[in-house]
Amino acid sequence: MEKILMKGNEALAEAAIRAGCQCFFGYPITPQSELPAYLAREMPKRGGVFLQAESEVAAINIVYGAAGAGARVMTSSSSPGISLKQEGISYLCGAELPCVIVNIMRGGPGLGDIQPAQSDYFQATRGGGHGDYRTIVLAPASVQELVDLVYDAFDLADMYRNPVLILGDGILGQMMEPVVFKERPARELPPKTWATTGKMGRQKPNVINSLYLDPVQLEEHNRKLQRKYQEIEEKEARWEILNGDDAEYFVVAYGICARIAHAAVEMARQEGIKVGLIRPITLWPYPKKAFEEVLSRAKAFLTVELSCGQMVEDVKLSVDGRAPVYFYGRTGGMVPTAEEIFREITKMRGHS
Amino acid sequence: MKLVFERPKSLQLTKTHYCPGCGHGTIHRLVAEVMDELNIKEKTIGVAPVGCAVLAYNYFDCDMQQAAHGRAPAVATGIKRALPDRVVFTYQGDGDLAAIGTAEIIHAAARSENITVVFVNNAIYGMTGGQMAPTTLIGQRTETSPYGRDPKLAGYPIRVCEMLATLDGPSFLARVELTDVKNINRAKSYLKKAFEIQLAGKGFSLVEILSPCPTNWGMRPVDAVDWVRKEMVKVFPPGVFKEPKEGNV
Repeated sequence: MEKILMKGNEALAEAAIRAGCQCFFGYPITPQSELPAYLAREMPKRGGVFLQAESEVAAINIVYGAAGAGARVMTSSSSPGISLKQEGISYLCGAELPCVIVNIMRGGPGLGDIQPAQSDYFQATRGGGHGDYRTIVLAPASVQELVDLVYDAFDLADMYRNPVLILGDGILGQMMEPVVFKERPARELPPKTWATTGKMGRQKPNVINSLYLDPVQLEEHNRKLQRKYQEIEEKEARWEILNGDDAEYFVVAYGICARIAHAAVEMARQEGIKVGLIRPITLWPYPKKAFEEVLSRAKAFLTVELSCGQMVEDVKLSVDGRAPVYFYGRTGGMVPTAEEIFREITKMRGHS
Repeated sequence: MKLVFERPKSLQLTKTHYCPGCGHGTIHRLVAEVMDELNIKEKTIGVAPVGCAVLAYNYFDCDMQQAAHGRAPAVATGIKRALPDRVVFTYQGDGDLAAIGTAEIIHAAARSENITVVFVNNAIYGMTGGQMAPTTLIGQRTETSPYGRDPKLAGYPIRVCEMLATLDGPSFLARVELTDVKNINRAKSYLKKAFEIQLAGKGFSLVEILSPCPTNWGMRPVDAVDWVRKEMVKVFPPGVFKEPKEGNV
């Protein structure tokens, strides 16, 4: 299969088209702008719809309409834009509409900067908008994985009738890597009998809705959503463990941070430190099982993030007090070097 | 016996939740009659707003989506772009369309999105209990303008048709008052034209209907209709503000 050198944002866009994305609606923001630009160029040639909306708020609501009409639909943005989309994401979850939402994270809070960050972890994994809801969150660590996860994102969205977030960062979006677009057999997915496509002779109208004025009904709806989330937690958690077989210490990192952390782990191995890497691929559901596998022998964990410490809370929940959990983070677009993380690994060993 | 009046096929058999004297029931019926006459209900998707008409999906016998507050034109855009051969309409009140959803309506109109907007202007927020709306008249008392709308504090009412008429995008813009048989029939003819324009692929159409809200205006239904006729039309003059150049569609 042909290897192509591509920028993360453009590779993601190409993968979306190949995954059957029919409609894209977005609003310009750095550092994800190559993604809509690619789709503006390619979608009309390949039978798809591209529309630049007047705002992030409009874009996510156009996504709602198209998703409700049964289309495979995607939007993309970066941190401040994703904040604006939260209202729509809450409605999409309430109405159980499938779609893919890409966040190529940049520094915050507020306008922050346009450099890479991972400080939207809470927003992505805890909901972000109002109400009891969850979105599936996929966190690729390379351009190839970004491409592969786009297909999964659309399928998971359709399987569970739920929005799926692809959580990347400014580095992943901007860097170029060789990538292969693998041919994938189409997954069997439930038919969208619920979509508002016009009755076309159907007995009853289909209604896309998140309003349940009767509290009994709303509680039942919420319980139904929770049962779905529980099924997702049981079936869809993904992770990777590197250098883990004999490891006594573990670094936990996702996305681009995991790449750097892996280099640090290799450095520590050279020094004879038995350290491994746990790399969550799904951030929700969080891969708690990865920790269960190693907890019997783990002496300590070190979480490394491009934030002031957000995923570290999930690490602590997964470790459940059975080992110390340390944290190292850089923010504002500052990225730790492998040496920095290596120093933190030696400190972790020193403490334990 | 000859049947002279019946429920339009595009309306479901259900009880109304609207207040006595409210215009929504009449307007729902007009939209449904037009859907019947154009034989489009099987290929129509409606978008319900947030406001008194939030439950519009309980009345129309066509597929419906319920939109976030003010976002109905965006939701309708998504449906229409995904399914261009279907008929898509939004049904919105003044708070929904002219306050929180101002950006969405202006840009849907500017893009000449091929949808139909039914805009019900009753100069007040009904569902939340009678607060000041973007179309509340100067001096009008509401829950949040208890001393009457003072332009120094709260600005001036927005004339949506006139504002949208400055754009190249819209194909058909009209305003009518829901006050008597003649004007109710006129409202229906505008709505029919608006849907016909969409069916002909001629782009954005909007019909603004000045409608009574006796409950939140604190008036008897008859007086409320009178207030539409005497006060509202002074600020919101009825008429056609834009129509396709080639005349009849």
